[in-house]
Amino acid sequence: MRLNYILSDLGIGLKRNMSMTIAVVVTIWVSLSLFGSALLAREQVDLMKGNWYDKIQISVFLCTKDSGGRGCAGTEVTQEQKNRIQQVIQTNPDTAPDGVFSESKSEAFESFKKLYKDSPIVSTVTQDQMQESFRVKLKDPQRYQNLVSAVSGLPGVDTVQDLRQYLDPLFKALNGLQVGALIAAGLLLVAALMQISNTIRLAAYARRREIGIMRLVGASNFYIQLPFLLEAVLAALVGAVFACGTLWVGVYFVVMQRAQETFRVWQWVGATETFRATLIMVVVGLILAVIPTFLTTRKYLKV
Amino acid sequence: MIRFENVSKTYEGQSKAALLNVNVEIEKGEFVFLVGTSGSGKSTFLRLVLREHRTTRGHIMVAGKDLNRLASWRIPQMRRQIGTVFQDFRLLPNKTVAENVAFALQVIGKPRSHIRKTVPEVLELVGLDGKEDRMPDELSGGEQQRVAIARAFVNRPMILIADEPTGNLDPGTSVGIMKLLDRINRTGTTVVMATHDVSIVDQMRKRVIELENGHVVRDESRGVYGYQH
Repeated sequence: MRLNYILSDLGIGLKRNMSMTIAVVVTIWVSLSLFGSALLAREQVDLMKGNWYDKIQISVFLCTKDSGGRGCAGTEVTQEQKNRIQQVIQTNPDTAPDGVFSESKSEAFESFKKLYKDSPIVSTVTQDQMQESFRVKLKDPQRYQNLVSAVSGLPGVDTVQDLRQYLDPLFKALNGLQVGALIAAGLLLVAALMQISNTIRLAAYARRREIGIMRLVGASNFYIQLPFLLEAVLAALVGAVFACGTLWVGVYFVVMQRAQETFRVWQWVGATETFRATLIMVVVGLILAVIPTFLTTRKYLKV
Repeated sequence: MIRFENVSKTYEGQSKAALLNVNVEIEKGEFVFLVGTSGSGKSTFLRLVLREHRTTRGHIMVAGKDLNRLASWRIPQMRRQIGTVFQDFRLLPNKTVAENVAFALQVIGKPRSHIRKTVPEVLELVGLDGKEDRMPDELSGGEQQRVAIARAFVNRPMILIADEPTGNLDPGTSVGIMKLLDRINRTGTTVVMATHDVSIVDQMRKRVIELENGHVVRDESRGVYGYQH
């Protein structure tokens, strides 16, 4: 195969279709950037979930004589009730082995004092106002509902608190954003697909004389398709490289320079995740270029 | 070399057959004129030989191969054994004479050394030596057709198909082209030429196959164009 011939052909093809090629490059660039951001957003959500869920435990607060929970009858929880509650928690299949700790009023008061040590509120609170509680660790932090519903109706249980109640809306919002980004990326990628096949149709029309002669003298189908394939792959690669650059710049300025500095406690996506995302982006970009090219050249070149 | 066995061809969406029950055998090295009015089926005949279309019924054997059984990826290979010339030359306007001829070899992956050797040879054969670097629009119609013939012949095909090669040329030039095709035929290449040119057919006294409404109505070994003209 004559490489220099193919390359000069590629140059001519690209020049002839300059504006369309640029349009393809830009579309691929923007869509892959969005796609990559969605990938990174998911990694971020996973990181945060892992971070939080590890620490999550369920707190079962017991009745005091002032509490108005469902299981309280205006009286302090009895020892009998406490034993019963502890038994229910320990025999629940989702409870981690040795995952139950009870916190007495004095322990609760100590940690309360520690938590609010600079606040004047400490002096107004007495140990008697503290609530006894069980702290439960789960085998699988994702499966908490079973235990929560088993415990919450029991006599002597004031409230069952699960941190997830507060985290889930956050994760839901993040998931929503991610789905939105993926949909937008998907739409743009479809647009890129159509643009590529349109570009190829135009290019095939512009080169119909050459193609006609190639078919006549028996050039192989692959040889006829090759310049189109190279054109599409090149456009996709350029778009993908720009998109990867955009993602790196975004990660550097938004995550590494700002978020990581501001919210040090959280784990943030870094170079590893970004590198993984860019690899996926390049592969997706290439697939996007190759598949429509094969389909359209089959259709318009009648090879 | 080319054998039609009960070949019928009806194009999609048409009720009338373009070819109907055609039985023709063309031997290796023959020179055959395909005559008949427009729409008689000449072009369909040639397109079927090139496997641009499939037959509706019947079989076509080209160089011992049944075209209906040929896998589509083998078609390019088959076409390399057939050279084709058209009425409108079909040269690439942005390439020189030599580049136009070389193009046919480049796109089937021939090595450059082979191309450098073969192209001047075939240009000399068609009488265009010295005009290698001209552009097609600097040439006369007859010269352009010679370039097209050189391109068709450069890969030494077993069969040369010519679809009204003299249709755009004046009589004097046409004679030159016919002499060239005759010369190519003498190298052993089978030539099948569709034409409307009465005087050429009458002068050459070669085999004539006449088509009418998709039927073969005449097949003479040393024929003339026919009676209706």
